[in-house]
Amino acid sequence: MSAAAAITKGKLAIYWAASCGGCEIAILAIDEKILDVAAAFDIVMWPCAADGKVRDVEKMPDGAIDLCLFNGGIRTSEQEYMAQLMRRKSKILVAFGSCASEGCIPGLANLNNRKEIFDAVYKEGSMTAPVNPQDVRPQTETKVAEGTLHLPMFYDTLKTLDQTVAVDYYLPGCPPEAENIWKAIVAILEGKLPPKGSVIGVNTTVCDECPRTRNEKKIKKFNRTWEIIPDDTTCLLEQGLLCCGVATRAGCGALCPQVNSPCIGCHGPNSGVEDYGARLLSALASVIDSNDPQEIDRIVKEGIPDPVGTFYRFSLAKSQLRRKSKKTLTNGNGAAKK
Amino acid sequence: MSDTQFEPKIVGFLCNWCSYRAADLAGTARIKYDTNVRIIRVMCSGRVDPTFVLKALALGADGVMIAGCHPGECHYIEQNYKAMRRYYMLKHTLDALGVEPDRVRLVWASAAEGQLLADQIDKLVEDIRKLGPLNWPANWAENGQRLEALKAIVHEHEEAMEVKS
Repeated sequence: MSAAAAITKGKLAIYWAASCGGCEIAILAIDEKILDVAAAFDIVMWPCAADGKVRDVEKMPDGAIDLCLFNGGIRTSEQEYMAQLMRRKSKILVAFGSCASEGCIPGLANLNNRKEIFDAVYKEGSMTAPVNPQDVRPQTETKVAEGTLHLPMFYDTLKTLDQTVAVDYYLPGCPPEAENIWKAIVAILEGKLPPKGSVIGVNTTVCDECPRTRNEKKIKKFNRTWEIIPDDTTCLLEQGLLCCGVATRAGCGALCPQVNSPCIGCHGPNSGVEDYGARLLSALASVIDSNDPQEIDRIVKEGIPDPVGTFYRFSLAKSQLRRKSKKTLTNGNGAAKK
Repeated sequence: MSDTQFEPKIVGFLCNWCSYRAADLAGTARIKYDTNVRIIRVMCSGRVDPTFVLKALALGADGVMIAGCHPGECHYIEQNYKAMRRYYMLKHTLDALGVEPDRVRLVWASAAEGQLLADQIDKLVEDIRKLGPLNWPANWAENGQRLEALKAIVHEHEEAMEVKS
């Protein structure tokens, strides 16, 4: 830790929006080093683990927080408000983890819209609301005798943090690994940071960290994970398993391929890649061992029944198209679904 | 053409060795085709990163054409086969995202096939005219209530917490 940090204690905020809470657990997974973090920073806001009120942050002068680690995507107006607030009050804003960086699993809800999501949650007979005869739905405004009450607005489309406010750095992973979190905190404390807008991490792919043997990749069929038991030493993609390692940023130590499970791409794209799914499907297309259009079409459709969930499992919200076409979805007037 | 007819914007990625020359030939032979295609010359259809196609659609194009040498005739031996495989994967993905399959098309046109390329362009323009505008950016625009919802939060915080922001 630098001497400067020891003299003046910085202010740290950790905030969450549309996320699962795994990022908070990952922060605590740095174990006793969390005490070093507490020594270097006053934690002014961390709803999951420490006290700290929105009103106190609102009262701070702009730029008063030295570092804000923001995890989660932007699903509601309240989350957008908090993103704007934390941006204004923080000198460095880090999109922490996959949700804030590229939407992650919550971003897959961009295959639906608010209407469809609310139907799934509140409609009578649905799994989560077996009984709701009056079809009660959350309203953004409710008038009561004392005035008007507000609930946050639920958006049709989940946005990433950087589609909402300017982001200084990104930390990849779902969730980021504890050692990478610690490295990032040290880099921030020492001021040894890459140019603004960069990902704090390595610029290579998971294949480079994977110990499996690579030969020529040519496959006639994509196998689902339950269809085969792969051998321990050969590249999983060569065995026909759809491994995303070829397109995914390294830094995890190839944890999944080492336990016989294909990479699912949680670290997102390598530097310079604008659309993770496009890069992944590009790489996979090269591996298909066929020059016959019909056979190619069959291999693709049989082997990849869910292309969006495969190519954009973590990055739909950040992809070029960001979501499914709204025209094909149920709208508020009950229009037909494709 | 009436004033109200929908004029689609189409981006065409044409390979340097065959299809772009087919377009040249169509020009020198004075073959007429619809002017809706904005042609971008690439060295090979295998150079067309699926990102290019997605980006064109995301930026407002109504359709995309990828054109290259016939299978077996690629200047770079077999890169058009890679273009073909990517095309089928991309179409499969676009379908899942609600983009009509007719909007993105792969065409083979040799340097001698100016007429064929012109016909294919006319066909694509006609098909996309029937489909109507794609207008993809409208998909992620939230409706006007968003700003009101944001203001309501600020207002409530001011009231409840005696903070002026």
